[in-house]
Amino acid sequence: MIGELGHFALILAFVVATIQGVVPLLGAWRRIPAWTAVAVSAARAQFLLIGLSYLCLTHLFIVSDFSFTYVAQNSNTALPLFYKISAVWGAHEGSMLLWAAILAGWGFAVATFSTSLPDVFRARVLAVVALVSVGFHLFMLLTSNPFERLLPAPVQGRDLNPLLQDPGMVAHPPLLYMGYVGLVVPFSFAVAALLEGRIDLAWTRWTRPWTTVAWAFLTSGIMLGSWWAYSELGWGGWWFWDPVENASFMPWLVATALIHSLAVTEQRGAFRAWTLLLAIFGFSLSLLGTFLVRSGVLVSVHAFATDPARGVFILAFLGLVIGSALGLYAWRAARFAGGGSFEPCSRETFLLANNVLLVATSGTVLLGTLYPLLIDALGQGKISVGPPYFNAVFVPLMLPLAALLGFAPLARWKGDEWRRLLLKFRMPLAVVVLVSVGLALGTPASWAMAAGTGFALWIATGVVLGLRDRLRHRHGGGSVRRALGRGFTGMTVAHLGAAVFIAGVTWTTGAGVERDVRLAPGESATLAGYSFRFEGVSGRLGPNYRALRGTLHVSRGGEPVAVLHPEKRTYISQAQPMTEAAVHAGFTRDLYVALGDQPVQEDGAWTMRLQYKPLVRWIWLGPIMMAIGGLLAASDRRYRPSPRPARAAVPVDGAHVHG
Amino acid sequence: MLFVGMIVAGVAVAAGLVIAAMGENMLYFYSPSQIRAGEAPSGPSIRVGGLVVEGSVRRGEGLEVSFTLTDGAETVDVRYAGILPDLFREGQGIVASGVLEAGGGRLRAEEVLAKHDENYMPPEVAEAMEMARQGGKMVPPHGARQ
Repeated sequence: MIGELGHFALILAFVVATIQGVVPLLGAWRRIPAWTAVAVSAARAQFLLIGLSYLCLTHLFIVSDFSFTYVAQNSNTALPLFYKISAVWGAHEGSMLLWAAILAGWGFAVATFSTSLPDVFRARVLAVVALVSVGFHLFMLLTSNPFERLLPAPVQGRDLNPLLQDPGMVAHPPLLYMGYVGLVVPFSFAVAALLEGRIDLAWTRWTRPWTTVAWAFLTSGIMLGSWWAYSELGWGGWWFWDPVENASFMPWLVATALIHSLAVTEQRGAFRAWTLLLAIFGFSLSLLGTFLVRSGVLVSVHAFATDPARGVFILAFLGLVIGSALGLYAWRAARFAGGGSFEPCSRETFLLANNVLLVATSGTVLLGTLYPLLIDALGQGKISVGPPYFNAVFVPLMLPLAALLGFAPLARWKGDEWRRLLLKFRMPLAVVVLVSVGLALGTPASWAMAAGTGFALWIATGVVLGLRDRLRHRHGGGSVRRALGRGFTGMTVAHLGAAVFIAGVTWTTGAGVERDVRLAPGESATLAGYSFRFEGVSGRLGPNYRALRGTLHVSRGGEPVAVLHPEKRTYISQAQPMTEAAVHAGFTRDLYVALGDQPVQEDGAWTMRLQYKPLVRWIWLGPIMMAIGGLLAASDRRYRPSPRPARAAVPVDGAHVHG
Repeated sequence: MLFVGMIVAGVAVAAGLVIAAMGENMLYFYSPSQIRAGEAPSGPSIRVGGLVVEGSVRRGEGLEVSFTLTDGAETVDVRYAGILPDLFREGQGIVASGVLEAGGGRLRAEEVLAKHDENYMPPEVAEAMEMARQGGKMVPPHGARQ
């Protein structure tokens, strides 16, 4: 019954979304207020319906109703409740439902919180969101229905993939989808602006906070995915350049470019056509990522099924959405040319360079991800493009970005002088060069590590300099909080996060030590000054698995540091072995042990991988700071609805860009 | 002009990096039949896939292990020093990447991949086995260095 209710709610949501996608657009075109007014109530109704459908599916999981194929394939009565609830998005059909629910949620949020938007504009935005929803509802109903019955019902379910039974994996998909799908908001704002044929200051002020919030979610979602891979895949890597990771990273790069380009559009009225294009690209890459992950063209833990009908559907949908948005752009973009003029040495130029670098990087990642598929499709053999390619391309493109990040936020809008900037930054420059050279010559650190540390320090000193400037120039008696403002504070925290991230990557990669060893009980191995003594392995029984649990005593200079218990688990329902690594986490370093196997039974020796990872936590701390910075910036006062909304429009036929 | 110039410069630099990196960092896939036929180069790293032959896994000193891969028609011996993935088992389809030893036709693996679930078959392996079954061979990779 509950299952049928969920199915019915999904069908109704599809109907409501269709109405929401068509009627308001017609109303905006023919100027019929009653028709445009449909958008808000339809957005709310659609969200409630899809939310109901989602709750129904969750209920089926909680009561373990295996008469539904999707539940039977992804749950089990022995599964802890926590994982039963997260198993809803543990495979293809349910994660599509989550995707649709979050999409409707963003529509609901725009309908509820953007009351200061002009009615016609809001109707257009909500209609575009709904048209995307229609595609996903149809996709679910036609190819991936989570409410499909399975008769006769099996007595027991197949259980959730053990890899996904991890707290990091519980939070990763919802956060990632919040970001992925959240990019639909700037996309819809851009399409609505193209339909209206104008952008003004108000438009950027409405668009910016939504984009920044979506970006913050995407950042934290990717961060959690990386943390999950580190702790759950068992081998201590934190980024693999797996096509599925790239699928989420490409929209992130473009969204990062977009939030910076929006800053220029808001402050100077420039880059307007470019901003619109980025908004379209950002969401297009989200859809492309969905296609890559869901269609089964890629093989990975995320590619749940290989049903060609799904791939064809998403590809057609992708073509339709991107094609019509770009078509509209090509038709209308000329109206958005121009904006404030600026000198070659100005903050605008530096932000342009930021955008070019980020978009170029996204392009190289896209190429590396699609190239093997292309070669295979053309029958030219099977190749794989691995991490060496991505590292070789990514690092050289990111270094200039890091260099810019240090000083560009302090450059003046419109025009600045190189001499002034050089003078201003002479101290940080000296400190960075001294520290880097000192590190390279005076310590075992390599030149690459010295350079990475230098870049991190460069960004950090730029942040400090920016803070000092702000506080020094505050109007007499102004409070510190007021002088900084949430927008500036957010930017500062996020940029500092980038420095923390660079430092983490540099030291983990450069100074990390990894050793595969074979130890019998009582034997020890030494790694980076830590001694690991293996005590042996004993059996343990979990709720839905059996485990062999190893014990290692870690000490340093005779002082005990930690007792680690890496496990080898076998999940009862799937007979699939799983490595559960043991990590002793710390602010400055992680110690990481993963059990391999037992080569011969007689001596009780195990193979295992020991790792020492300096500053590895910083790799996730950095993105957390970026996300917090984004949320802070999005809550700045100037984005909050004021009694007298700012409607001061930037002249559309403004001066053209010099160059 | 500045706008266009910077974009062109950015694209040019990115394209240059891509071309340089692609040339050096691409791994070609070969089936055991192709290796037996001498189609695979013995200098650069390659990827080889197949089923682990039952009873072929031998443990050596420390982390040394050797096993044999088959596509149903031909076999290739693989040597590896390191920890095998959780899903590595005899009869399982896996992919190993590494360098072919000169003359011997044996692969010195740097990495062994077995993915995700017990029913999973790497698509390259599935295709190589299908080809071997039909008595044909896979298309040699385009532009592969011999």
